[in-house]
Amino acid sequence: MSEPVTESQQITIALSKGRILDETLPLLAQAGIEPVDDLQRTRKLVFATTDPRVRLLIIRATDVPTYVQHGGADLGVTGKDVLMEHGGEGLYEPLDLHIARCRLMTAGVAGAPVPSGRVRVATKFVRLAREYYASQGKQADIIKLYGAMELAPLLGLSDEIVDIVDTGNTLRANGLEARETICDISSRLIVNRASMKMKHQRIEPLVEELRQAVARGMGQPA
Amino acid sequence: MTHTNPWLLPDGVEDLLPPMAGRIEALRRALVDTYQRWGYDLITPPLIEYLESLLTGTGNELNLQTFKLTDQLTGRMMGVRADMTPQAARIDAHTLRRPGVTRLCYAGHVLRARPEHLMASRAPIQTGCELFGSRDGAADQEIIHLMLETLKVAGLESIHLDLAHVSIYQCLADAAGLSRQTEEAVFDALRRKSIPELDELLGDASAGSAAQMICRLARLGGGPDALKEAGKQLHQAPPAVMHALEELAQVAEAVSRRFPQVSLGFDFCELRGYNYHTGLVFAAYVPGHGSALAKGGRYDAIGEDFGRARPATGFSADLRAMVALGQQVPLADENQKAIWAPQRDDPELLQVVAELRQQERVIQALAEDDVASARGRCDRQLVKQGNHWQVIPLEN
Repeated sequence: MSEPVTESQQITIALSKGRILDETLPLLAQAGIEPVDDLQRTRKLVFATTDPRVRLLIIRATDVPTYVQHGGADLGVTGKDVLMEHGGEGLYEPLDLHIARCRLMTAGVAGAPVPSGRVRVATKFVRLAREYYASQGKQADIIKLYGAMELAPLLGLSDEIVDIVDTGNTLRANGLEARETICDISSRLIVNRASMKMKHQRIEPLVEELRQAVARGMGQPA
Repeated sequence: MTHTNPWLLPDGVEDLLPPMAGRIEALRRALVDTYQRWGYDLITPPLIEYLESLLTGTGNELNLQTFKLTDQLTGRMMGVRADMTPQAARIDAHTLRRPGVTRLCYAGHVLRARPEHLMASRAPIQTGCELFGSRDGAADQEIIHLMLETLKVAGLESIHLDLAHVSIYQCLADAAGLSRQTEEAVFDALRRKSIPELDELLGDASAGSAAQMICRLARLGGGPDALKEAGKQLHQAPPAVMHALEELAQVAEAVSRRFPQVSLGFDFCELRGYNYHTGLVFAAYVPGHGSALAKGGRYDAIGEDFGRARPATGFSADLRAMVALGQQVPLADENQKAIWAPQRDDPELLQVVAELRQQERVIQALAEDDVASARGRCDRQLVKQGNHWQVIPLEN
């Protein structure tokens, strides 16, 4: 048996299910970190990896910055959208993993005019939407929704929505059109500030290995 | 919600209960004693002041953290202190006006309109020391030593000391001649160590330019090697930058000589308190705690606003957080049990109780006092044997 892993050597990485997980695992594999269990076939939330000093957490995407900020996880992978909405206080974001790419956009009913005064906007990105419309010189009433944004303009709940757009198929299928791009989104590696300072001997090489894996294009789906 | 619970406290505000409250008080006394033995005079500034004097030279961060109220006597805006450092600076610059070096210490509540970080208290008990009137690196070293001493008194181990220097970025940003808008974006990206954003903002900078050095700065960080690497990467930087690196090296050397067990790190993205810090900044971390336990730095500009420019350096720490983490070492007399005594109008008894109370805890039982629960707190009792009051074990 190898030596027991002490708390100061243990690294915890927070990931979220779905696209981020699928595209991050090949990058981590390049750094010699692979989950021991099959992540798709288990209900566990904490996973041991082939590196005894590294464990993975699988949590909701929007919770990743919270866990890393609080130090529950040392590192995490999260979309730039989630990070900007969260505010990113107490976090370092040293690496763009160039995965799970998409755009944060405004959208509305195809052909419908944009109201000239206050605009009603449905979104789960309350902070980003408010900042974006303010930067355009527009007063917006923000309506927080948790899903199926496309319904809001169709049912007259809002004039526009702010949401993540990948292919745009969902918008089109619901009679909406994408309008302005607020920003391009990709997933970032985030690091707890205190961990970066105290565990730099473990974290720096890991960040570097991931950087090289990204440069080799390992995160891109085939 | 139709009914508000009258016992509910605001977010981030808590009661300090036994034994925690006792431990915090004991640590407060031990620390003030320590500071006074180092020649730091205790000050107790007021909880509220006019806003201008609380926020002088400190920037927006402290403004957002400060609770505000109107002074109904003058109509002016007052603030509840969120940090005692500006108060100490005011006292040194305007009130005491001593020549030479002034050393001040304090311990008291501050309020934070918004908690400093997730789960942080909004009513921390701040303790700290400020040293005014010396530009010398030895002053910074004294303050760092006292900060590490503070953690030692609190029973904390495995300390990591993080060192940084705000002049490095300051000089490079000046030399790069960035527009205000770009500078703000660069500052924000560097603070978050967002290398992708920095590359985007400054990517087209020519080799050896100040802008390119900022990009390199973001990639540096870690142990003593990082400082050497910074020296190599920034060798073309303005002299002030090299001077700052030299200062970091000197402090690091002095700390590792005096506190060999403390691990040292350098973080060139640490821009905390950038608005009022002017040189070296430092923070102490312990494993398992996601934010700094004690922190400080040099702030040579604040005194100027109070009419007397004074070089200054200092640190502060949160007593509550230190006690919570250092809990494994309870105070020496915390576990010492009390003496149970009757309540009787007997001059001899009162005399004995008064004498015992010089050293011991004595509880004089009232009719409502519950003997059964007293057994948890007392292990001896005072009883009259013959003509004399004697302390005997309390039988169960």
